[in-house]
This record gives sequence, C-alpha cells and structure tokens, in this order.
Amino acid sequence: MATAQSRTAARLMVSPAVILLFLWMIVPLGMTIYFSFLRYNLLNPGMETFAGFDNYYYFLTNAAFWDALGNTLTLVLGVLAITVIGGVLLALLLDQPFRGQGIVRVMVIAPFFVMPTVSALVWKNMFMNPVNGMFAHIAKFFGLQPFDFLAHAPLASIILIVAWQWLPFATLILLTALQSLDREQQEAAEMDGAGALSRFWYLTVPHLTRSITVVVLIQTIFLLSVFAEILVTTNGGPGTASTNIPYLVYAQSLLAFDVGGGSAGGIVAVILANIVAFFLMRMIGKNLEA
Amino acid sequence: MSRNVSQTRVTLVTIAAWTVGFLIFFPILWTILMSFKTEGDAIKTPIEMLTSSWTLESYHEVQERSDYFRHFWNSVVISLGSTLVALIIAIPAAWSMAFVPGKRTKDLLMWMLSTKMMPAVGVLVPMYLMFRDFGLLDSRLGLVGVLTLINLPIVVWMLYTYFKEIPGEILEAARMDGASLRSEILYVLTPMAVPGIASTMLLNVILAWNEAFWTLQLTTSKAAPLTQFIASYSSPEGLFYAKLSAASTMAIAPILILGWFSQKQLVRGLTFGAVK
Repeated sequence: MATAQSRTAARLMVSPAVILLFLWMIVPLGMTIYFSFLRYNLLNPGMETFAGFDNYYYFLTNAAFWDALGNTLTLVLGVLAITVIGGVLLALLLDQPFRGQGIVRVMVIAPFFVMPTVSALVWKNMFMNPVNGMFAHIAKFFGLQPFDFLAHAPLASIILIVAWQWLPFATLILLTALQSLDREQQEAAEMDGAGALSRFWYLTVPHLTRSITVVVLIQTIFLLSVFAEILVTTNGGPGTASTNIPYLVYAQSLLAFDVGGGSAGGIVAVILANIVAFFLMRMIGKNLEA
Repeated sequence: MSRNVSQTRVTLVTIAAWTVGFLIFFPILWTILMSFKTEGDAIKTPIEMLTSSWTLESYHEVQERSDYFRHFWNSVVISLGSTLVALIIAIPAAWSMAFVPGKRTKDLLMWMLSTKMMPAVGVLVPMYLMFRDFGLLDSRLGLVGVLTLINLPIVVWMLYTYFKEIPGEILEAARMDGASLRSEILYVLTPMAVPGIASTMLLNVILAWNEAFWTLQLTTSKAAPLTQFIASYSSPEGLFYAKLSAASTMAIAPILILGWFSQKQLVRGLTFGAVK
C-alpha cells in the first residue's frame, strides 16, 4: 500500500518529535543520575567530589523521607478515595434526566480549570482561615470554636483542596462512560425482573470498572507530583506534616542547595512513579489494541 | 404508565443535582463575588459581605500595584507559544503514524506516552542548573521550551486519535485520481483534520495555562505567568482578600470560558483516547 517514498517521508516527519522527546528524557535524567552520585552543594561550587551511594543513603535514612513517603501515599490514596467514590455517585446522579443539565455540568466541571495556585489560596484564605474564613464564620455562628485547618490538620486540608480540583475530572470521565452504557441491555434486564440494585451491581459496575481504572491511574500520575498546593498553603509544615516527596526534593535542592541529595531524591521519585506507570502503560496499551 | 412518579423523580433529581453542582461551584462563585467588595467588607461575616456595596476598587489596585496585564501577557505567550510549537512538531508525526503506520508505530506511541510519566522533580535539579547556565531562568523562551516538551506526548496522542478516524479510503481515492502527496495533505487531509487540531490546541492551552510546577520553579518576576503571580499572594501584608479575589478571578476567567467549550476533548485528551 504505502510506497517506499511515502514511508521515507513518514519517517522524516516523525523524527523531530522522537528526537526531541528522546533528548528531553535522556539528558536531564542522565544529569540527575550523575549529580546523585556527587557531593555537590550550590554554596560551594567547584568542590564536587564523588560520593558513591552516600546521597541515597542519607536521603533514604532521613526521617523526613519516610514522613514524605507516608504523606505522599496518604495524599494520593485520600484524594483517590474521595474522587472515585464521589465521582461515581455524582456521575450516577447527573446521568438521570433533570432540568438544567447543561448548567449543572458546567458548574461541576469548573474547579478543574482553576489553576492550582488559585484554588489553594482561595481555600486557604477564604474558607480555612481561622479568623476570617467561611468555615470560621459558620463555626462562630453556631457558637463553636473555629478550627485552624492548615495548622492542625494540614495534610487533610490539602487532600480536601486537591480532591476538589480532581472530583470534576473523575465525574466527567465516569459520566462519559455511563452515557455509553447499553440502554437496551438495561431495559432487557429490567423486563426480566432485575431490581435497580442488581442492575447497578451486575451491569453498571462492570461497565465502569475500566473507566475507574483509567481515572485511578491517570490521577495517580498527577497526584504523585502535587506541588503548588503545598507551596502556597503550608510550605510542607508544620515540621514535615504536609511535606510530600516532590516538595522534599524541592526543599533539599533549591532551598538547602544540596544538589546531590536532591538529585538522589529525584531518582527515588522517578522509581516510585515508574512502578505506577508500569500498570498504566499496560492498561492503555490494551485499549490501543481493542 | 406512572407519569406523576417520574415527574416527582425528575424534580427530586433536579434539586439534588443543582444542590451538589452549586456546592462544588461555590468556592469559585464566592471568589468572584468577593472581588467586587472593599477589603473591609470582604472579611465581614458572609451575610454582611453579601449585603455591602459593590465596587471595582480591587481590580484597579491589583493592576496598579502588581501589573496584572504583564503576567496575563506572559501566560498568553507561554501557553499559546508552547502549544503552537508542539503542534508544529506533532502534526507531521501524528499524520505519518496514523496514515503510514509501521511495525513499530504502536511501540513509538507508547514510548512517547511513557516520557509523560517521568515526575518533574526527577529532573528539577539539572533543569534548574541548565536554565541558570544558559541564562534562561525567568525567561519566556525557556518556559515555552519546557512546556512544549511536557505537552508534546499529549498533543501527538490526541492528534493521532483524531487522525485515525479519518477514513483511509478517501486518501486512496485521492491518490488514484493522481493527487500528489503535497496536494493530498493540503486539500484532502487538512480540511478533515482541522476540528481535531483545534480541540487539541484548546486542551493544551488550558493545560499550559494552569501548569504550576515549572512555571513556579523557573520564573521569579520578569517572565512570571499568572500561576506565579497568584502564588505571590501566599505571604500577604495587611488586608488582601478582595485583591486576592480580583486577581484570582482574572487569572481563571479566560480559561474557565475556554474550558467549558472543551469538556468532550478533555475526556479524550486526558485519558489518551482510552475513554471517548
């Protein structure tokens, strides 16, 4: 079918994208690996010495790393739990016929388009602030003591903010999946006497499984690298209470100027992300064949 | 059969859906409302705030004190620039993969996607040092480059899924009629590909506009886009709720409007064609 000429042309057309992405992947990552084996501090330039696995040793044995790892996992799992459960319920609700579907859809999807720094600061100041925030006003109205969310429950507060940003994504994808559900199959089941609950369990749930997997995997990739929300709300604190791995690497390399240690942390983050990516790629690869 | 029951049901679902939709949208609505208040009114109780008078004061102050439009312009240049460069690189690549697929096309696509899985912190240090050494820190050029590379896999993928849907028979018919490769691309493919390219562009402008890792790490003031501009409000002095609201409203308004037009593409683009 394709002539030799068009095949050569095709190869030429694909090569800029491939070369650029290859360089983008290999050059900075190679440098990170190289730096991770050096004793390299930006405050003492020109004093780099080979450090072997010392940077990894210090990074992995630092208590902050284990806190950050725990926080990263809590953040990812917490947001996933809220968005997947909330997303399924919301998608089921919005899939019903009701008045004003277009407007409600627009309202539900809106948080996804808000840039992370805006949503974090809006929640931090207008809602969670213990003096002037909305929640404080509500608490005072009922005669309760206002709660200082970001000081006393920093990680939970950040989970709430991030979940608010990602709930629309989960809802939108699950709603799209629900709308491709086979109506005839549903009606046939109903005629055969299947109740609403068993139709949900035996028809809807299996149909949604694939979309839920996609939501979980894609969100995980993004949630593993949450950064802006932490930077503008808590700066990782108090202590390390809301530090995740990206923030820890940032703090170590650009705030403490420890290039070697930061690079080792970066490589650890890459390895963690790859474990997740492995499953995501298999999933998407399967869909490509179908 | 039971028309009354189903009417009740529609009413109940309507109430439930509007309530949930309103609650989810509320933080944005509240920010927009607060941006039209004075600083003194903005920190009053919600009811006092709502009933106080409206003003554009905060918008004036945000522009005068921190030059909102400069940051807005940076965001426009960076998001549009990186999207356009990515499109120029990705269109030929996606075209050839969709229409002249080889044995390795699928592997190539998967590999491109895998570059997206690399967490940004993994390359933060070398990127920062390279930007410093090449004088690219706080420059729009540098950010356009980084965001192009970050979004390139998504752009290729989205275009690929769109191009795939263009029927191959049309191309063969054109070839039979003696169309050259050039006129085939120009007169047959391009008109059919424009909607897909437009959707891809829209989604990528949105993603680039909201990108908040590299824009925060690699800019400080001169080239700072709106993400960085808003982040500067994280350590405020004095009363600032109304000004923060005004700045936030201006930062999200353009993209909210674009975003509402692109809901369908969003699903497709962000799931790499796995959910349509």
